[in-house]
Amino acid sequence: MGLFRMPSLGADMEAGTLVEWLVKPGDKVKRGQVVAVVETQKGAIEVECFEEGTVEELLLAPGQKVPVETPLARIRAAGEAPAPTGVPPLPPEPAPAPVPTEAQPAPSAAPPPPPPSSAAPPAALKVSPAARRRALELGVPLDRVHGTGPDGAITVADVEAAARGAAAEAPSPPPTPAAAVPPVAEPGKPVARRGFDPVEMRKAIAAAMSRSKREIPHYYLTSTVAMHRALAFLEATNRERPAPERLLPAVLLLKATALALREVPQLNGFWIDGGFRPGPGIHLGWAIALRGGGLVAPAIHDVDKLALPELMAALRDLVGRARSGGLKSSELADATLTITSLGERGAESVLPVIYPPQVAMVGFGAIVTRPWVDEAGGLVARPVVQVSLAADHRASDGHLGSRFLAAIDDHLQRPETL
Amino acid sequence: MTRDELEAVVADVLAGIAPEADLAGVKGSEDLRDALDLDSMDFLNLVIGLHEKLGIDIPEADYPKLFSKDGLLTYLAAKTGG
Repeated sequence: MGLFRMPSLGADMEAGTLVEWLVKPGDKVKRGQVVAVVETQKGAIEVECFEEGTVEELLLAPGQKVPVETPLARIRAAGEAPAPTGVPPLPPEPAPAPVPTEAQPAPSAAPPPPPPSSAAPPAALKVSPAARRRALELGVPLDRVHGTGPDGAITVADVEAAARGAAAEAPSPPPTPAAAVPPVAEPGKPVARRGFDPVEMRKAIAAAMSRSKREIPHYYLTSTVAMHRALAFLEATNRERPAPERLLPAVLLLKATALALREVPQLNGFWIDGGFRPGPGIHLGWAIALRGGGLVAPAIHDVDKLALPELMAALRDLVGRARSGGLKSSELADATLTITSLGERGAESVLPVIYPPQVAMVGFGAIVTRPWVDEAGGLVARPVVQVSLAADHRASDGHLGSRFLAAIDDHLQRPETL
Repeated sequence: MTRDELEAVVADVLAGIAPEADLAGVKGSEDLRDALDLDSMDFLNLVIGLHEKLGIDIPEADYPKLFSKDGLLTYLAAKTGG
């Protein structure tokens, strides 16, 4: 018998609100299957299950905010006997959230949780992440929305139509105060990322970064890396490809960092309980700035094993989902080292703050053209990038960090091998 | 296609990348990347969107011509034969 718990999606998360169950008692679940949607200050996250078995009991009704590690469901492992007692039903009225929430209402606090419905289990509903968020904002129970999308999927427009219907039935007061605030999205258009609160996110970032600076004895190293070979390789590669298949410099930086971590694995992992634990793979967090403020650093798994086109596809997908919602719990929890890249219009260098419990973070400034002394001693104009490393002195020192930066440089000088 | 029609296509593509971006509020000479806070991934997605909607190929070497709103619309007009 296993318990499925509220996951910790990073050092900056203390609690989450269960938004929706995507399974019901009796359903079989597999490892990696998305079983629930949880709202955090990072927005709605699709939470995966890491056990194989059968859902025996859902322990929490949607709408409740609970601390990390709170049991959410009981899952019976394959071959295990069913629990002797009958499965108790969900409480008809969700109890007040056991977590003392702050005075300011969380985005998910406004709409009342939909009452449990025995007729239409949520698992049967097909709902886009955007529609799910919109339903939460508007306080529309998803089982009362008529889906008009493919296979009867519920779209944002369907949710809004249902909300208008509800409003027409009860014209005053409006169903929730939130309904009046966000503009109604056009059907078929992607909606702006909602369901995350920039103020709450800023507080969470501040808490995690304060912990990092308090607990981690950072040291910093920087190097300047010539990028002419890497950019020439990209230009030649992209010239032959239509726009959808083109690569950005970011994928070369990601891959070079991943390959350097193979050579210096002491920087890939976590500092837990007074010791270093190597990461189970090279899963690189990529810091993504969100429109409207804040940032999130979801991971791409096994970067060292991905070919450049695969890595580019993964990065595009990740950035899109980070900004529109729909990140998975494993993406938020699994990063073994995080990269921040300031992009083409960013500053020239960055000294990152390590994301605990990781032991290092890599920063790339903007690629800029600067004077450079070439191999023959001549002065030339070259594109260069400042690469920086912030690392945990409990786990490594500058000698090792220097080797790591040299390895990144080395890989970027041989772009055809990335 | 007229310039207004092309601008509508660009605005449509941008709505899927940066939903709050207001193309109409950008001056013709302004750099779209600065005015609308587009990073290189956003800009690539804009090029991909235009490639798909207008059926035109935009080589990477031409990107600098697309940075200003005027430059982008002039370029698209030439590419679409308008």
